[in-house]
Amino acid sequence: MSQEEYTMIEAERLCKTFGNFVAVRDVSLRVKAGGVLALLGPNGAGKTTTVRMLSGILVPTAGQARIAGLDVVTHAVEIRRRVGVLSELPGLYLRSTAREYLDFFGSIYGLPQADRQARITELMMQFGMSEVLNRRLSEFSKGMKQKLALIRTMLHDPEVLLLDEPTSAMDPQSARLVHDALRQLRDQHRRSIVLCTHNLVEAEMMADHIAIIRRGQIVAEGSPSELKAQLLGRPLMEVRFAAPMNGTLGALRERLEVESHGDTWVRYWSNNPASENPPLLHWLSEQRVDVVTLSEVPRSLEEVYLRVVEQPIGQEN
Amino acid sequence: MAAITVNQSSVSWFSGMWLIVRRELRDTFRDWRMITPIVMLTVFFPVLMTWAAGVAQNFVNRFDTPLIAERLIPFLMLIVGFFPISFSLVIALEAFVGERERKSLEPLLSTPLSDGQLYVGKMIASLVPALLAAFLGIGVYLLGLFVFRGWTPPPILLAQVSALTFMEGVVMVAGAVVVSSHSTSVRAANLLASFIIIPMAILVQVEAVILFQAIYDAMWGIVLALVVVALILIRMGVRLFNREELLGREIDSINLRNVFRRAGQYFVAVAPNQPRAHFNLSGIYRHHVPAALRRTKNAILAILVALGVSMVVAWAWGSQFSLPPGALDFSHFSSESFDSAATNFLLPSFTWHAVWWNNTRAVLLYFVTAFFSFGSLAIVLIMLPVAPIAFIGALVSNSGFNPVVFLAAFILPHGIFELPAAIIGAAAAVRVGASLINRDRSLTLGEGWWSAIMDFLKLMIFVVIPLLLLAAIFEVHVTPRVVCAVYGCGG
Repeated sequence: MSQEEYTMIEAERLCKTFGNFVAVRDVSLRVKAGGVLALLGPNGAGKTTTVRMLSGILVPTAGQARIAGLDVVTHAVEIRRRVGVLSELPGLYLRSTAREYLDFFGSIYGLPQADRQARITELMMQFGMSEVLNRRLSEFSKGMKQKLALIRTMLHDPEVLLLDEPTSAMDPQSARLVHDALRQLRDQHRRSIVLCTHNLVEAEMMADHIAIIRRGQIVAEGSPSELKAQLLGRPLMEVRFAAPMNGTLGALRERLEVESHGDTWVRYWSNNPASENPPLLHWLSEQRVDVVTLSEVPRSLEEVYLRVVEQPIGQEN
Repeated sequence: MAAITVNQSSVSWFSGMWLIVRRELRDTFRDWRMITPIVMLTVFFPVLMTWAAGVAQNFVNRFDTPLIAERLIPFLMLIVGFFPISFSLVIALEAFVGERERKSLEPLLSTPLSDGQLYVGKMIASLVPALLAAFLGIGVYLLGLFVFRGWTPPPILLAQVSALTFMEGVVMVAGAVVVSSHSTSVRAANLLASFIIIPMAILVQVEAVILFQAIYDAMWGIVLALVVVALILIRMGVRLFNREELLGREIDSINLRNVFRRAGQYFVAVAPNQPRAHFNLSGIYRHHVPAALRRTKNAILAILVALGVSMVVAWAWGSQFSLPPGALDFSHFSSESFDSAATNFLLPSFTWHAVWWNNTRAVLLYFVTAFFSFGSLAIVLIMLPVAPIAFIGALVSNSGFNPVVFLAAFILPHGIFELPAAIIGAAAAVRVGASLINRDRSLTLGEGWWSAIMDFLKLMIFVVIPLLLLAAIFEVHVTPRVVCAVYGCGG
């Protein structure tokens, strides 16, 4: 099996209850090496509990999960060694300096002194924080604290990263640094990432697979385009012309399922853009109509998300 | 990125624990709110106590009562050690619940460190500064006394005070972990910490009395008791300080309605987490009571063992004595004799309701004492009336009478109801206290506690009280007749 096909994170019907409260119910997911799964959902949906189970912190009430083939219950310690977990809040020791803080965690993961220092310097530089290495964490801004927490997560070069809201407190520049770092981890180092986020743009940009979790259950999942197709229906296409259509609209209505139109544009539903659009362009060319653009009307992940989370329970699909 | 190859090696248990100790100590020593009072109590307070001891000594010498000063000096040594050691509680609350409140615990929980490493590391880190301060303070105090008064403590006293100071620190830190496990904020933990501070303050007063009475050997007894309490609290802390417990509890707020609803649910269900059962008396005796007894069986066993041991010891002790001649002469006995004998044992009168109320009150006392002793005092209390029976049995036997006949006449008629009732009541009470340290893993701590309380109530209402009622009626109306029938009452 190639590394790419190798499933790094695997969960089967994972459940977690606290007393009578069911936090996670029958969650199944799979992330291959180099894959990024975005876990979306409202607050209290069960994302954090899922991450805690995957990282060997909490024991599932039912179901199974494996990280790199290791069971999260029987190999919890080994899993915690191989996973990097970023919790929702940075949770730093404010009386320590950045170096002391990272050195402490590096020591826990058993990194030799020289490697530890080199790794700390390297990561601090990558995230533009080398100048504050010896500064007390109480002096750090919110975004800096979050970046430091992320550095802590990456310090021991884990095979799997479980990140809860990694960029929520960051300015756009810092967020871009983080996105770049995550892309590098994904593409060059084939690290697997689970990203819990409310930032839907981030999710769409980073993830190859998205799962929407609601009241402890996964209610929709797939690639961003699959989810859109699943939940928002057929793609809506828009063709724009160089000049007003005049008499062409009637003929177009016969060929297409027109949704709306203007003087120089038409929007239409397409069942299969790949097979329908080339003949359309060919026909327009024959009619001597100059086409400026033909594209799909962008539909955001936000629409998908809202459609799922606003639906009554049990009718998400 | 990641140009540097990262080589991980596993960290030994001790090294991992020691990393926690070092980090926690660094944090503590950087916090002026911790350091300032510790320094004050280490340096200034012992100097003040040295001066106070001198003033007191001069004062009492004027009245020719040097004994008071002699006894005061060891007590002040204890106080000089106790004040800084009380800071271990504050440091421990910061280390356990403070870290949880600041959300810095979760990154630690996601590392390969075990719950045990975290627990022990934090315990040691909480103890070290306070112990250092306490022993330094005692050192400063003793130095002052030596320099200005020429007084040196007897080595045994120094050992006792050191052991007490150390154990008080351990108990406070172990207690702080238990308190922390039930709170998610330092504020809530501080409120709960009064359950540690108040008993410790009472203990210091007891120690003061002992030191003023110069019963120094009793101090070892207190050390031993503190060791037992520390072991119980550590066991409880180890069970509570784990990832599941720490992350499963997110808020401190008490929902009274929910608490009482849950309690009511446990009362009307055969077992916790089972649906409410329809209330009918036969169902209570067919399902509820047997289920509650099954859950209480370990406590019943513990009580039977304790009673067995106490009876053997009491019998062995009683075998050394014999009754004076004529002590078992019942020729002048009458039913009034039972009445007067009973009123000597704190009963208002020898009536069935007085006997019943007295015995019911005793079982309720087991319940109350079990609350704050993890059940242990309930076991001690039930041994108190039972051991004398064995003692008297041995005396009777030594005096040439058949102890079986004696016990069968005096105890059996009502004891057949009273003893099972007392054992079941005490066992249910023991379970209430013990559920805090040895809980059912399928329930949360609070659920286990409520379940034990509800089982106590069920057993009390449907088993213990009716049995005690029968026992009281038999004790008043049947036992005297049996005694008279066996031994012959002349009066």
